[in-house]
Amino acid sequence: MDAVTLSRLQFAVATYFHFLFVPLTLGLSLLVAIMETQYVRTGIEEYKRMAKFWGKLFVINFAIGVVTGITLEFQFGTNWSRYSKYVGDIFGSLLAIEATVAFFLESTFIGVWIFGWNRLSPKAHAACIWIVAAASNISAYWILTANSWMQHPVGYVIRNGRAELSDFWAIVTQPYAILMFLHVLSAAYILAGFFVMGVSAYHLIRKQELSFFKRSFRMAATFTVIFALGEILVGDIHGKEMMKYQPTKAAAAESVWKTTQGAPMYLFVIPDEANQRNKVEILGIPKLLSWVALGDPEGVYRGLKEWPKQERPPVAITFWSFRIMVGLGMLFALISVIAWLKRKNPENSPGFLKLLIYCIPLPYIALTLGWTVTEVGRQPWIVYGMMKTSDAASAVDATQVGLSLAAFVIIYSLLGIACFYLLIKNARKGPVPIPALDR
Amino acid sequence: MLETIWFLLWGILWAVYFMLDGYDLGLGTLAPFIARNDNEKRVIYNSMGPFWDANEVWLITAGGVTFAAFPTTYAVMFSALYTPLLLLLFALIIRAVALEFRSKEDNEAWHKLWDVCHFVGSFVPALLLGVAFANIFKGIPIDQEGIFHGNLLTLLNPYGLLGGVLFVLLFLVHGGLWLAIKAEGDLEKRAAKAASGIWLILLIVAVVFLGATWFATNLYANYLSNPILLIIPLVTVLALLATRFFIGQMAFWKAWFASSLTIVGATLFGVVGLYPNLFPSSLNAAYSLTIYNSSSSPLTLKIMLGVALTFVPIVIVYQIWSYYVFRGKVTKDDLASDEAY
Ligand code: HDD
Ligand code: HEM
Ligand code: HEM
Repeated sequence: MDAVTLSRLQFAVATYFHFLFVPLTLGLSLLVAIMETQYVRTGIEEYKRMAKFWGKLFVINFAIGVVTGITLEFQFGTNWSRYSKYVGDIFGSLLAIEATVAFFLESTFIGVWIFGWNRLSPKAHAACIWIVAAASNISAYWILTANSWMQHPVGYVIRNGRAELSDFWAIVTQPYAILMFLHVLSAAYILAGFFVMGVSAYHLIRKQELSFFKRSFRMAATFTVIFALGEILVGDIHGKEMMKYQPTKAAAAESVWKTTQGAPMYLFVIPDEANQRNKVEILGIPKLLSWVALGDPEGVYRGLKEWPKQERPPVAITFWSFRIMVGLGMLFALISVIAWLKRKNPENSPGFLKLLIYCIPLPYIALTLGWTVTEVGRQPWIVYGMMKTSDAASAVDATQVGLSLAAFVIIYSLLGIACFYLLIKNARKGPVPIPALDR
Repeated sequence: MLETIWFLLWGILWAVYFMLDGYDLGLGTLAPFIARNDNEKRVIYNSMGPFWDANEVWLITAGGVTFAAFPTTYAVMFSALYTPLLLLLFALIIRAVALEFRSKEDNEAWHKLWDVCHFVGSFVPALLLGVAFANIFKGIPIDQEGIFHGNLLTLLNPYGLLGGVLFVLLFLVHGGLWLAIKAEGDLEKRAAKAASGIWLILLIVAVVFLGATWFATNLYANYLSNPILLIIPLVTVLALLATRFFIGQMAFWKAWFASSLTIVGATLFGVVGLYPNLFPSSLNAAYSLTIYNSSSSPLTLKIMLGVALTFVPIVIVYQIWSYYVFRGKVTKDDLASDEAY
């Protein structure tokens, strides 16, 4: 394999792995902050125990999120040096801003929060976790702005043989970035909500710490239902935006080959890339696709055949990822509504609780697939319409990249195992018994 | 002008990173040789517990600023130093995970595993950072496309290795002093003794390094044309001597600050000597990356300067506050809490 392919694989391994931990950090920090605030407001000890128990899981997860982020930050230089040279004027500054405004806050206050239970007043201590939660979410904004710029470059001029900044404001306020931010954050909150509901369900089934886990469950159910319903709305707008700015991705996501006016939506499709058609297309609903994607039932949906083959993304991966993500999105909305309806007495529905345990991995899958739509669907461009991925890699030899890729896979697998082992173990163990806490 | 300001900021960010994470890395390297039992190990872990993550972010920011202000240097430097850089990152990964995970399971084999990771993850970065910087001072075999002609062994030349040893020793003293500040009783005394013992080796290596720099690099050129700049190495040497003086007085905070000044001075000595180069080529001076041929556009530099001048002072304030919150020794109570490492 050549250095470009290996670099792509390596980047994919590193980002996917990073993003296994990021969403729980984003969502759980917020939930823990709410729990601790409730403790400060009401003085009910149970909220403090909740903040401590979920906070411990948060910290275990956080550690891996941090360390896998660092390798990403440097990989743009190691593996994508031509990309970095070409767009660094814009892209680099967004990453640097993220570090200065968000990572410092996050890392400083997480330290104070973890070790500061007995050194700060309860109010000040709760403020620390709010700062951590805010900083994580601010960091997401900057990195997603950077990613959005790769999806839809704005605010630049080509000068001196590279893309140079011309309008900073246009970059940080472009609708694409804001939509991506809302979509990814809602996704992360859904994931955290399902995580808390699932772990609570595990204990509720066993009738352990009933009051503790009922309280956790209720909080998570309300949190989740808001974002699971919101996500469908945001996703819909996001899809329309994708249609506008990245028609090749949109065509691949729906596997539409021929440009069609009033395009129907098929509930079941199997794309056939080799023959540029769909093997199976059944249960079509007339005009629905044009209506959903363009806001106009008579709208013209552009098909893949409009572009030469080398400018189309891989269709099957993009299509399946998109379908399953959307399907899961609907499922999450349904399940979270049921969970919310049962929030007062969840322990009475053991069957449903069991289902919730098995749901814990689903948002992880949805998020991963979402990124696949976005990143694979953007191919062959690294910056849409501006720079091809094949022109972006460093001139390093393939053996070196092969070795580092192997190292990534091995080290990350071990880390992943250690982290999930600790998460599962601590989640099962439940909160520290009350007397031990008052020591 | 903007480029020069960014060059200085760039140097300062690296210097602050070395000063802060330097004590973590040094102490992690020293740990297996100084801790006699699990309790002492835990004192070591907890002495850096609240701080190491924030210290490490200075590295991320130094990297980010290289990307933002000098994207061509970022691209060429990191792809040329591909293997050492990834080794550095992997080492930092296992260090961080060791810190976070060690205490989460009560089991001797588990503790041993993470102790080893913590040592490797501290020693390797200290060494590699020194090797990398010494090689940058000396010049790297890059051609006009910025393509690196060499391999890992090219970097492991005598001067590069000397730089690595220098960094390790600087950090060891720095870390030993941190432990002397944070530990009590016997461990405190042993830490101070280790720091003063290593200090002597450091002194010798530092002198050799300054001499070797004359022959191996061009760093002194800027100093000879602008003798006033010699104040930087002078202050550095005085700070190094002051470190020993304060150890003798058992004034560990003062010794630690003197040692910090030594590290900052040593970094700035190299950075100022490089100016206006960021990444000199050893093949042909014309291929070197300088602040002029590798910087971002003026608009980006201006925006970033605004961001840096607004936020970095704020960062410094709240980081100092966090050190203030956790002032004083690591006590039994600290170790007994649920959250302690
Ligand atoms: C939507 C959110 C999001 C996305 C798309 C990414 N990250 Fe991330 N990153 C975070 C959200 C986040 C976070 C939630 O803020 C983390 C996770 C755990 C943490 O400490 O902060 C984080 C940590 C984190 C760190 C460590 C910060 C520290 O030491 O505190 C670095 C250097 C990066 N990331 C860099 C990247 C890069 C270069 C990415 C692009 C390829 C990237 N992240 C994608
Ligand atoms: C804002 C953050 C991100 C940026 C700046 C970014 C940037 C990039 C870059 C530079 C590449 C390499 C070129 C390529 O092969 O396309 C890439 C590819 C890729 N990224 Fe992202 N990415 C980001 C977030 C993510 C996340 C969070 C994921 C998934 C969890 C992801 C998944 C991928 C995948 C799978 C590829 C390989 C696609 C392929 O080669 O076909 N990206 N992205
Ligand atoms: C329910 C309906 C949903 C719709 C209509 C939808 C729509 C979309 C679209 C159109 C994109 C691609 C944007 C682009 O690249 O231009 C996308 C990306 C993504 N989706 Fe979804 N989505 C839905 C649900 C979900 C759910 C439930 C999750 C996770 C829990 C999720 C996670 C993601 C992620 C992480 C991305 C990549 C980042 C981004 O481009 O925003 N999505 N989604």
